[in-house]
Amino acid sequence: MAKQHVTTTVNGDTAEFLCETEQTLLDVLRDELFLTGSKEGCASGDCGACSVMLDGRLVCSCLVLGVEVAGRKVETIEGMASGDALHPLQQKFLEHAALQCGICTPGFLVAAKALLEKKSNPTETEVRYGLAGNLCRCTGYDKIVRAVLDAAAVMRSA
Amino acid sequence: MNDMTFPKLARQDLKIVGTRPLRPDGVDKVTGRAKFGADIHVPNMLIGKVLRSPHAHARIKSIDVSRAQALRGVKAVITAADLCDLPSEFIPAGEMMVNFKDMTRNVLAREKALYEGHAVAAVAAVSEAVAAQALTLIDVQYDVLPHVMDVVEAMQDGAPLLHDDMFTIGVEPRPAKASNIAKRVEFGFGDLAAGFARADVIVEREFTTKPVHQGYIEPHACLASVSEDGQAELWCTTQGQFIVRAFCAKLLGMDVSRLRVTASEIGGGFGGKTVVYLEPLALALSRIACRPVKMTMSRTDVFRASGPTSGAKIWVKVGATRDGRITAADALLKYQAGAFQGSPVQPGAMCAFAPYDLENVRIVGFDVVVNRPKVAAYRAPGGPIAEFAVESVIDEVALGIGMDPIEFRLKNAAREGTRAPYGPKLGPIGLVQTLEAARAHAHYRAPLKANQGRGVASGFWFNIGGETCAAMNLGEDGSVAIVIGTPDIGGSRASLSMMAAEELGIPLQQVSAINGDTSSLGFNFLTGGSRVTYSSGMAVVEAARDVIRQLRERAAKIWEVTVEEVEWVEGHARLSAKGKTLSLAELARTAGKTGGPISGNAALNVTGAGPSLATHLVDVEVDPETGKVTILRYTAIQDAGKAVHPSYVEGQMQGGAVQGIGWALNEEYIYDDKGRMENAGFLDYRIPVCSDVPMIDTVIVEVPNPRHPYGVRGVGETPIVPPMAAIANALSHATGVRFTELPMSPPRVLAAIDAHRGA
Amino acid sequence: MDYRSPTSAKDAAGLLADEGAHVLAGGTDILVKLRAGFVAPRLLVDLKGVPRLRGIDSDARGWRIGAATPCAEIGEHAAFAAAWPGVVEALQLIGSAQIQGRATLGGNLCNASPAADSVPALIAAGAVCEVAGAQGEREVPVERIITGPGRNALARGEFVLGFRLPIPLARAGDAYLRFIPRTEMDIAVVGVGVSLALDAKGVCTHARVALGAVAPTPLLVADAARALIGTRVDTAALEALAAAASAACKPIDDKRGTIAYRIKVAGVLARRAAVIALERATNRK
Repeated sequence: MAKQHVTTTVNGDTAEFLCETEQTLLDVLRDELFLTGSKEGCASGDCGACSVMLDGRLVCSCLVLGVEVAGRKVETIEGMASGDALHPLQQKFLEHAALQCGICTPGFLVAAKALLEKKSNPTETEVRYGLAGNLCRCTGYDKIVRAVLDAAAVMRSA
Repeated sequence: MNDMTFPKLARQDLKIVGTRPLRPDGVDKVTGRAKFGADIHVPNMLIGKVLRSPHAHARIKSIDVSRAQALRGVKAVITAADLCDLPSEFIPAGEMMVNFKDMTRNVLAREKALYEGHAVAAVAAVSEAVAAQALTLIDVQYDVLPHVMDVVEAMQDGAPLLHDDMFTIGVEPRPAKASNIAKRVEFGFGDLAAGFARADVIVEREFTTKPVHQGYIEPHACLASVSEDGQAELWCTTQGQFIVRAFCAKLLGMDVSRLRVTASEIGGGFGGKTVVYLEPLALALSRIACRPVKMTMSRTDVFRASGPTSGAKIWVKVGATRDGRITAADALLKYQAGAFQGSPVQPGAMCAFAPYDLENVRIVGFDVVVNRPKVAAYRAPGGPIAEFAVESVIDEVALGIGMDPIEFRLKNAAREGTRAPYGPKLGPIGLVQTLEAARAHAHYRAPLKANQGRGVASGFWFNIGGETCAAMNLGEDGSVAIVIGTPDIGGSRASLSMMAAEELGIPLQQVSAINGDTSSLGFNFLTGGSRVTYSSGMAVVEAARDVIRQLRERAAKIWEVTVEEVEWVEGHARLSAKGKTLSLAELARTAGKTGGPISGNAALNVTGAGPSLATHLVDVEVDPETGKVTILRYTAIQDAGKAVHPSYVEGQMQGGAVQGIGWALNEEYIYDDKGRMENAGFLDYRIPVCSDVPMIDTVIVEVPNPRHPYGVRGVGETPIVPPMAAIANALSHATGVRFTELPMSPPRVLAAIDAHRGA
Repeated sequence: MDYRSPTSAKDAAGLLADEGAHVLAGGTDILVKLRAGFVAPRLLVDLKGVPRLRGIDSDARGWRIGAATPCAEIGEHAAFAAAWPGVVEALQLIGSAQIQGRATLGGNLCNASPAADSVPALIAAGAVCEVAGAQGEREVPVERIITGPGRNALARGEFVLGFRLPIPLARAGDAYLRFIPRTEMDIAVVGVGVSLALDAKGVCTHARVALGAVAPTPLLVADAARALIGTRVDTAALEALAAAASAACKPIDDKRGTIAYRIKVAGVLARRAAVIALERATNRK
């Protein structure tokens, strides 16, 4: 059948695309809008590499259809920095060497931002459980958790 | 040849090496800008997809692709007939060997499908949907055969035979009958019988480990573009663009020079991306369609069709006298290779007892094929499996003579000059230092509560060198651009830039590093074997010294003196006699007038990589009613030679430790009785999540490798070697039960605890 | 495949009458099945646009949760979390934060996995489904919805509008525990929901115990409840509870657990969940 025409908002800008009903939001972001910062690690919601915000909620974009975001608000990793100013989480990930290969990093940053929006002073345990939906195979999570806790402190004092 | 000589002691004068600057490629990675394998889109692109065998073992009677070819939107269909059938020839792939005859059959099946997921055909079409539909139109006639999944069963007479031309190598006389045993290896020396006869305590145990996948979060992905005259470009996620070029050229019958391979950023490899899967298929499809073909693997296919590491059966016997000296050590390793020969049983056999100074030692290993995906390298390939078994037995021997497990290891530790079980004498190594650091660490003294236990294990990995090139080009503004040929998996652009800046005596900000495509450098062996900081580092240093020599020559020309009178100090040419200096930037700016552009090169076959030794400590708690194991505390101590960028050395230690935790507690392949994988996804193939592990404390010990200008040793692989035994030993101390089967998942732990309680 | 987003229950029922139609709520189950090729509907009917399926309200009858409300939203509702902490802790165990941003109680129930995390807690709480269809609306206790692995009691064209839970009794508490091999992200190997209420003297007057992942459907175990009622939920009662829970299991060996393991752990978790429910009941004002 003919493709669907969808109008939505991505990172504050209006975006339009054509898609098959079967295409997920992740497919659409990557292959129609060429925003490849969100990654496919599993296509089944088990790894979190595709994490985005949809109407202010953290979701796996591989489990949302492109057609479902008509008229909604999508925020991806590409919208996290403001101009050339990195978000404190992005800055702390760099300072703490909280990334090695970097494939999981966009997902972690989006998920960590969502976590800190709900809990501004999380404990280490709360950070670990809050980020359990994001898999990393390189770092063993240690430096990621430290970066998130450090960013939380910076954001609280701002 | 690298014949540079370097000081034996750690350098104290370093300004940049050893510090923790931000990595130069970091901003792209935290903003989503960095381009990984699947992040590429080009005009006129086709989507390629693979048809895979649903059977674990089957003869392929026929493949009819006509209906697929006729489907509107399909531009190419390939089977094995579209690749070269290659004769048997072994070549290195990372730290393992691969065989071209097997490789061509693994990327597309020929006579037989040898595992569920084995690629049988591939299509390229105008969209994902058309390609998927085309696969359903390919008719494959299979003759399903009995299959074998277990290594011990595969070694029996009468087991289903995978290859009728497999006659075990390494056995005298050569067997007359084909079998599933590809190879037998043996290492060792001394008199085992005499050694065991002297022993006061002998411990003998058999261990079972399961295949585990490297678990990189980025699936395989590539884009191939072949033009009408046969020139080809390939973009892919890989640990070695030069290796991919070599393999693909061979499989497609192309000249190496007509294939340019560009490595994307890589989303994890751990050894699993040292071989090719999709790349030759994408090239073959593109060659027919004369359009770019993009291919990505689904997560399911990554599990079903890309190499895990071996599962194994390991028998270990160790004897020691009451005063704590090991008198004899014997091991038998049976490793699964998957469907084609080439398990890492040889490096496993070499490493098994390598942390120890032994007089009587023997290790025998068998490489055995089974109907599972062909194994690929996984971080210290073969080592973790063998050392899991050995370190568990070492723990039990120590207990048996009433000695602290660290003391026992210190009494038997390999040191400089020790003859390794695989033959050569070891250079300087840091095992003793890691053991002493473990003994002194607060972790070792922390009190334990009920249901808690502490485990120790050590680990050894050789590390490799290999063919390496680097180029260093000076910009007219004095900036330095380095081109290396090894993909950056863990932050190597940072370490290599740091070494260059240190050598040149300039600020790090003046240096940039890129990983060049295959047309930009001579051959580079891949990123693996913990070799990049060591080998690419060596090449960068040599290129820098080449540049410094040229800069001194230019200064000499400007000052009209001999080059011998010119020193290079802190980024400046200096003529001490006259108090004159010229900065690198000034010399670069005038390069055109003094002789032309300045660039340095290095083309080396690097040797002298030093082993990296480690000791890990872990505390666990067991829930005695459910068998669930919690990792309470983990400390990893490792000899890095010289930590160029300590944060990234720590990162390797932490990442490897957590992979080991997953291997120890939950990761395994589960198959049904038809040889089909039941847990081909991250839901039921359980790698550690963030809440599963505590902080991983690290201690870096530095016993310099005298063969490297900064004393560097590779560190990437050793961290995965100790965790399984450390955890098994901890669990044993918590429960009173020895665990000899991995993973130590809750049902197994509970069953063992209950049996022990009942006994 | 077509996609529709009706804005009324009546329109939704009309669309779902079609044999090739399938409900889309949170999408966390069906999108996985779609990609794996396990289902191939002609039409996806998105229920998230129907107002009656969204939101959390309370009235004299008790609580009402729209069947397509994301779990994360339910978890953020402080009053509901105070009333039914066991139900909330159950739905907060479904997948990850990302999954909970989309997953719904309606989907978790109707997907009919025997291991669904929210279901034992809802059964223990005595939750009832409001079911709508072409024939009108009816109410069905949650424990009667799942009829087998992947099968539910809804007729073609029917869908769940919402869940009704009673106002908790005075001195009532509920809890949900599950066993998984990791700490998060796994499908339950065993799940136990316990709800109980005490009288002024601390004697249990009401109890419901439900088990998940140990039978083809979630189980409401009357014997387990009987082990608690009339007792002070002391050690002996807890042992009897554990035994009854283990006895009720009819599990299978699969990639997530063995029969013997599930039977044993069901008893262990039932005991532990009851202890938590007891503590919550004792502390409730």
